[in-house]
Amino acid sequence: MYGRKVKLRFLFIVIVLITLILTIFLILKSLEENVVYFQSPTEIKSLTELKNSKIRVGGMVKKGSIEIKSNEVNFVITDYKNEISVSYSGAIPNLFAEDKGVVAEGFLKDKNFFSATKILAKHDENYMPPEVKEALGDK
Amino acid sequence: MIYSLIGHYSLILGLIAGLVLFYLSFKNFKNSIFLNSKILTFTFLQFFFVVISFLSLVLSFIVSDFSNETVFNNSHTTKPLFYKISGTWGNHEGSLLLWLLVLTLFIFIFLLRTKNQPVKYKILTLVFQQLIIVGFFIFLIKTSNPFNYLFPVPEEGLGLNPILQDPALAIHPPILYLGYVGSSIIFSSALAATSLKMISPNWAVHIKNWILISWIFLTLGILLGSIWAYYELGWGGFWFWDPVENVSLMPWLALTTLLHCIMVLERKSSLTSWIIILSIATFTLSMCGTFLVRSGILNSVHTFANDPERGLFILIFLFVLIFLSLFIFFFFHKDEKLNRPSFSFLSKETSILINNWFMMYFLSVVLIGTIYPIFLDIISSEKISVGPPFYHKLIIPFLIPFLLMMAIGPKLKWIKSRLNDKIYLILLLLGSILLAFLILKNFNQNFLINTILISSALYLFFVTIRDFFIRKFENISQNIAHFGFSLLILSILFNNLFSSEIITNLKVGETFDNSKTKIIFESVDQKKEKNYDSIIANFKIQSSNGKKDKLSPELRIYNQPVIATSEADIKTTLMSDKFMVINLVQNQDFFNVRYQVKPFMLWIWISVILISFGGLISFLKKRL
Repeated sequence: MYGRKVKLRFLFIVIVLITLILTIFLILKSLEENVVYFQSPTEIKSLTELKNSKIRVGGMVKKGSIEIKSNEVNFVITDYKNEISVSYSGAIPNLFAEDKGVVAEGFLKDKNFFSATKILAKHDENYMPPEVKEALGDK
Repeated sequence: MIYSLIGHYSLILGLIAGLVLFYLSFKNFKNSIFLNSKILTFTFLQFFFVVISFLSLVLSFIVSDFSNETVFNNSHTTKPLFYKISGTWGNHEGSLLLWLLVLTLFIFIFLLRTKNQPVKYKILTLVFQQLIIVGFFIFLIKTSNPFNYLFPVPEEGLGLNPILQDPALAIHPPILYLGYVGSSIIFSSALAATSLKMISPNWAVHIKNWILISWIFLTLGILLGSIWAYYELGWGGFWFWDPVENVSLMPWLALTTLLHCIMVLERKSSLTSWIIILSIATFTLSMCGTFLVRSGILNSVHTFANDPERGLFILIFLFVLIFLSLFIFFFFHKDEKLNRPSFSFLSKETSILINNWFMMYFLSVVLIGTIYPIFLDIISSEKISVGPPFYHKLIIPFLIPFLLMMAIGPKLKWIKSRLNDKIYLILLLLGSILLAFLILKNFNQNFLINTILISSALYLFFVTIRDFFIRKFENISQNIAHFGFSLLILSILFNNLFSSEIITNLKVGETFDNSKTKIIFESVDQKKEKNYDSIIANFKIQSSNGKKDKLSPELRIYNQPVIATSEADIKTTLMSDKFMVINLVQNQDFFNVRYQVKPFMLWIWISVILISFGGLISFLKKRL
């Protein structure tokens, strides 16, 4: 029969393999749960079902749509084809302004209404998140 | 004008010096009794040329020479001198020139300071290092030349992004690069040692210095970036799991693992393959960091300028290096099965190995979280982002055994240990659990996972403190670093658990009041500076226990380029930070106010300094 050493080594390899598979499974599983998808207002309009998971919506802040109260901010995100109303209470980044690109993270209430939990900050006024650029198409 | 010429031609001379070095090394390698003195001369010359080139770029920035495209894009005459100089490496071209400067400096020091090692090894290390250096020269000259002409010469520059006009960020890139580039020496040396089959305890002692140097700088570099993000970005946190932060954390994890393995190799010839792989991985991850940040592939809030051609070049370069190193690893490395000392489960080596596995796990989590969105974008053009919950969920539970191993591991002997005299370890563990339970009970924060986490961090804390008294200066560097780590985890945990935040929109004169805190918006001052206008808002804060504070966050509107930035006002005390930041919403009277109380903030910074201080002591101890 096989010696003790070979058995030990075999056991070791099996343990390593099992750990590896478990690790990969664990990582992929939580990746699936914690990933935030990016969608444009147009994509949201064409959704067939509303999921209860966090998403990001990006586009331009519609001109004249910012309305600010003491505990929340309301505005409209548009990609010049479709638009969606957003309500948000929280910190507002410096470069948040009308007619500028914006990315809001939060939950869809329905196809026309988005409740944001975070508005993403940007560093550079000329910089536009790649998603927004793509969502706006050639604009 | 004249500076750009000098800078450009010194770059080309540096490249030529690199090619000459290849030739000299080749000749010297065949006939290798002494190191050809010309090699040292040319290495110095190469370093000298890069210094000249770098200084001429600095001078171009100082005199605001807008015929230089890099200066035009990143500077402005009204900018303070300090930021004109730091603007040199605050952009893509300049920062790569800085990479090159450190690369050539390090190989020169390496040749100068390496004694008692075979000549062949020195030459081979030089060759591998020159491969990287020449690659960078070509990359710089071809795709991102810092000395491009502009004609007609513009009157005024575009200015430096205001958020980069900051003391911490002025020294952050050089420090970080010293860490990144230090890993290139480890890479070249590991490849040279593998080719010559001299991965041995002797080599480990010699390379450990370089590992320590890059590790210290990398740690401090990450710290500076984190401090900057804390007070400048106005989000009130110190780590956001942003891709740009992750790419600096990954080489740090690999380097830390390598540092621990090298200590095993110092004592006995084991883990050799693992060490070679880690050396390759550390440098590759550093390169990847540069590639991901500079190519614009990363979908990050930090993303600045980008250019696909640059990305492609670094990517090809990276693949060549990886392919070469793997080739050398598989064809030259023979794992010495002979005279391998016996292996025991209850030893320091085992505990280091176990923690190695944890580190690799943390590394893979960060790696997957960072590159998965890029990957998905390429194959399905779906845009996603991976947020903090992913990292927290996967990393936090595994910190518990990690911390316990960190506490127990150093108590074991190198070869084999007994458990007789280790009763105090169990007592301390019980004490920590009790204390953690009491703390959380007291603050009505009774979550099981938190109790266990705090217990294990406290455990490491107490075990290391005990060692300061019992073992005095024996292994003090390890002790300080591990103590720092326990302090870091504790501070982060308490910071997360007990932070409080108020976000509200206020007009001047209004008051926000919840039962605990009252925020009074007293007045607004305006100030005019040379390169920005500022609005200073004055707030009075009253907490329910009668404490009063005055905070005056500032909003700056820079004129070149026109960008608004928030300057947080932070009152730091030993126990907690009070953090306030305001934003003005366009065309509205409301100020968006964010007020946070963050306990133990200062201790997060202190503990990271302690960790790197541990490394510094280990480095200095070898010289004494």
